[in-house]
Amino acid sequence: MIPAAFDYKKANSAEEAIALIAEHGDEAKLLAGGHSLIPMMKLRLAVPSVLVDIAGVDDLSYIDDRDDHIAIGALANHRSLETSDLLISECPVLAHVASKVGDPQVRHRGTLGGSLAHSDPASDLPAVVLALGGSLVAQGPNGEREIAVADFFTGYFESALSEDEMLTEVRIPKAPGSSWNYQKFNRRAQDWAIVGVAAVEVQGATQVSLVNMGSTPLRASGVEAALAGGASAAEAAEAAAEGTEPPTDLNASPEYRSHLARVLTRRALEAGGVS
Amino acid sequence: MEISVTVNGANQSSEVEPRTLLVYYLRDELGLTGTNVGCDTSSCGACTVHVNGESVKSCTMLAVQADGQEVTTIEGLAPSADELHPMQQSFQDNHGLQCGYCTPGMVMAACSLLDENPSPSEAEVREGLEGNLCRCTGYHNIVKAVLACSGQDVS
Ligand SMILES: Cc1cc2nc3c(=O)[nH]c(=O)nc-3n(C[C@H](O)[C@H](O)[C@H](O)COP(=O)(O)OP(=O)(O)OC[C@H]3O[C@@H](n4cnc5c(N)ncnc54)[C@H](O)[C@@H]3O)c2cc1C
Ligand code: FES
Ligand code: FES
Repeated sequence: MIPAAFDYKKANSAEEAIALIAEHGDEAKLLAGGHSLIPMMKLRLAVPSVLVDIAGVDDLSYIDDRDDHIAIGALANHRSLETSDLLISECPVLAHVASKVGDPQVRHRGTLGGSLAHSDPASDLPAVVLALGGSLVAQGPNGEREIAVADFFTGYFESALSEDEMLTEVRIPKAPGSSWNYQKFNRRAQDWAIVGVAAVEVQGATQVSLVNMGSTPLRASGVEAALAGGASAAEAAEAAAEGTEPPTDLNASPEYRSHLARVLTRRALEAGGVS
Repeated sequence: MEISVTVNGANQSSEVEPRTLLVYYLRDELGLTGTNVGCDTSSCGACTVHVNGESVKSCTMLAVQADGQEVTTIEGLAPSADELHPMQQSFQDNHGLQCGYCTPGMVMAACSLLDENPSPSEAEVREGLEGNLCRCTGYHNIVKAVLACSGQDVS
């Protein structure tokens, strides 16, 4: 499988990337790690006429301590999240979830920014970032804006980014020493989650999110409210599938996904000691 | 587009179409047919090579993305024509291959794994090779070969 022909441009800075996107309009696409986009181009599900490669914008691979939060450049790859000492001590759930994405080869190439911008409801990193909260920085022709994580995922493979914007930074709260757990249920090594559940305590509150239970990653607000009201992990987990519209595919029916969401939420809360 | 890639230590300057996948650049342009294509869908790892020392599936990377980078393929591992790389030798010694189709990718993935984790547990080897499929061996002897190459006792 070979992608359809396209023009290839390399951007050395975010400004250059944005200018190239502006010049070529909606026929152009940013290329980061390429581990979502290239498979889609090989299947001709994506047929951009121009690719703007941002992988060379190397000042966007940082993972920085900014006192009250951690700032991560959009091009930081999954492997660098997995092995970051700063994340392992200040936000271990993110390092752990990064280590569960695909396989080592995928983690050497795929980036946090690419994963969030791609907004696949079956992906691991969007869901854990949603559970953590925080914000994302988008740069466009008119400068930068900050988007709350809660407002970022707007639909199936759709985000709040507009077509002329590039995601440059991810800001997540620190959650050191707090309880957390991630449950990823799949049948084959290296696969996407059939259902996944992230649970993490942020500043005293337990925040829970769901992978592959709807058209976007979702916060399990029923579970969070039950926990805040004093419910046990097992009681709160009963609310995990409330208000969700899980997809049907070869792996699972909506009913089975709802069952998994309840079971995995209970396991995540119990195993993480989150409650 | 003109690209310049260091492949197995030698600089290669080539004109490629942007849509050329790295694996086809290596196989068809450079004649390095040791790197196999198994699935062509980023799943099997038969096409694994190193880019700047890290394992990558070359069916999921464009040749133009390798411009200015260092690529190592299975042909570039052995120190000389009559001596195998220690990982290749360990695969041979431990019967880590049968048909051999997955082997170049397995060996490249295994070398990258030991670079990152020089003394892995058996479980870490199995997880570290989760991006590589083998239809013949049942993995047992592959895991053994990697553990042996890391200097651990597998007897
Ligand atoms: C075999 C395989 C297994 C995988 N398994 C998993 C898994 O288990 N869990 C999981 O979560 N993911 C999985 N993935 C996906 C992987 O994590 C991708 O790397 C990731 O989703 C996309 O990141 P990327 O940098 O490769 O983005 P790209 O493929 O380069 O880009 C993806 C999309 O985002 C856009 N984009 C990229 N960067 C930016 C930016 N900075 N600003 C704006 N738009 C941008 C692109 O234009 C494109 O539309 C797997 C991939 C493969 C090939
Ligand atoms: S051919 Fe590249 S992963 Fe199978
Ligand atoms: S030895 Fe035949 S596929 Fe692995």
